[in-house]
Amino acid sequence: MSAARRSAVGGALPGQRTYYDTPVVATPVWKPSIALYFFAGGLAGASAGLGLAARLAGRHRLARSCVLAAVAGAALSPALLIEDLGRPERFHHMLRMFKVTSPMSVGTWILTAFGGASGMAALSEVSGRLRRLGRAAEWASAALGMPLATYTAALIANTSMPVWRRARFHLPFLFAASSAGAAGSLAAAVTPPEESAAARVLAVGGALAATAATGLMERHLGEDAEPYRSGTARRFARLAGPLALAGAATMAAGSRSRPATVAGAALVLASSLVERFAVYRAGADSARLTVR
Amino acid sequence: MTTATAPRMGFFTDSSLCIGCKACEVACKEWNQVPVDIRFLGRSYDNTGALGANNWRHVAFVEQVVDGDVRWLLNSDVCKHCTSAACLEVCPTGAIFRTEFGSVVVQQDVCNGCGYCVPACPFGVIERREGDGRAFKCTLCYDRQKGGLEPACSMACPTKSIQFGPLDELRRRALAREEELHARGVPEARLYGADPQDGVDGFGAFFLLLDEPSVYGLPNRPRTPTKDLRGTWGAALAAAGALAAGLAAAVLGTRR
Repeated sequence: MSAARRSAVGGALPGQRTYYDTPVVATPVWKPSIALYFFAGGLAGASAGLGLAARLAGRHRLARSCVLAAVAGAALSPALLIEDLGRPERFHHMLRMFKVTSPMSVGTWILTAFGGASGMAALSEVSGRLRRLGRAAEWASAALGMPLATYTAALIANTSMPVWRRARFHLPFLFAASSAGAAGSLAAAVTPPEESAAARVLAVGGALAATAATGLMERHLGEDAEPYRSGTARRFARLAGPLALAGAATMAAGSRSRPATVAGAALVLASSLVERFAVYRAGADSARLTVR
Repeated sequence: MTTATAPRMGFFTDSSLCIGCKACEVACKEWNQVPVDIRFLGRSYDNTGALGANNWRHVAFVEQVVDGDVRWLLNSDVCKHCTSAACLEVCPTGAIFRTEFGSVVVQQDVCNGCGYCVPACPFGVIERREGDGRAFKCTLCYDRQKGGLEPACSMACPTKSIQFGPLDELRRRALAREEELHARGVPEARLYGADPQDGVDGFGAFFLLLDEPSVYGLPNRPRTPTKDLRGTWGAALAAAGALAAGLAAAVLGTRR
């Protein structure tokens, strides 16, 4: 209903068609630590996958960076998730059951198993012992890392928040690309240049793919993409694309220069983080699309 | 979805009989010890606003000008106890369960306040209670039903606008009431949530309304998000596969 009609006298609204413009759905109560987890979990998952690929190709220093990035993300993630709970001391109630209808339940098990596998892989990598077990753990963490990077998209898509729900076929690809860009960037920044070519390529490719996925998602949403263009999501959504493109360009242009690689990596990492916050905020803001 | 032990029980809220007395809201709060959080909204006699952790019944007050006259629409909203309940399906702890009466209830000793049920519900019914951290909503007075009593709100309703009983019987009664109103020259009377084929496979607590659901703050075409979960999981798996392919391509493409 139009603003002019809404501002009519007192309570007697001619032809009132909405309930005082109150959204039909409730706004999510998730804190920003959840957006941070989307970033950290995606980074960890994609790092584990890149680590295994690097190991199989014999690039062991790149593999080492990735294995350590994976375990760092795996260690940070549960803290971010538990922090958000209304009753943090009951975090272990998540492990009472396994429910396919709840992506949060499936994700809890993925993250738990990933934590064990990436921890084992890192332990073997750092100590130089239990090599065979370490390799097996790398395979397991890589296999778990892929869905770890994308299930969070399924989680938010499986709600009644319009911009998440209607983008359920786009969000997983956006999250996958964003995770790839972040993992590639971090690995490129901390690995000697002669072994980090794959990481640089992944960073550039991930940044470009995430920007493309965002564009496709907003086009698909059409008018309903409005929460990305106004309110609190706007400043994040407006930053993500330019950061990604600037980062990709810096990395591509300065592939032989260490400072350029680090600067480009920082930009791509920032774009990945900012994109997650844009999605997180827009979802909550999109409750207002449900007044009718 | 209902168990064989008892017929599925529910509410039929006939808004054409509601006088806006809010006895249902008061009785619910008294019985269930739901905290009071009154805010002066200053837009009508409704200072409850919407359903939430601390409002398990909400009487909507709608004022419409029809042919120069004011028409009052009143309706006591409540949890729909959906046949396909989003809150129950997404709850990762199993705190939300289906009772032997077919109602959807949160076990407060299990809920860890993950908050997934809040944006999942297509009606915005369930919310996390501030200062407590757990999710709360109508239980269809599970404890009273266990003791053979009817829920507090329907018992307190002075006009029988809120009727409690076996869902089959309520649906029959509602269809008869709708026909009666149509015959009496109220063509706008319509049932909401009485159809087991709708987006949530039917409500356990359904309504008779005198205008579009959106006028009362209800979604016109509610749909349980998990109905589309197969496609959502498919997309997540495909994206995971694409990620693996991208990683492999980056490494293979940079072979020396």
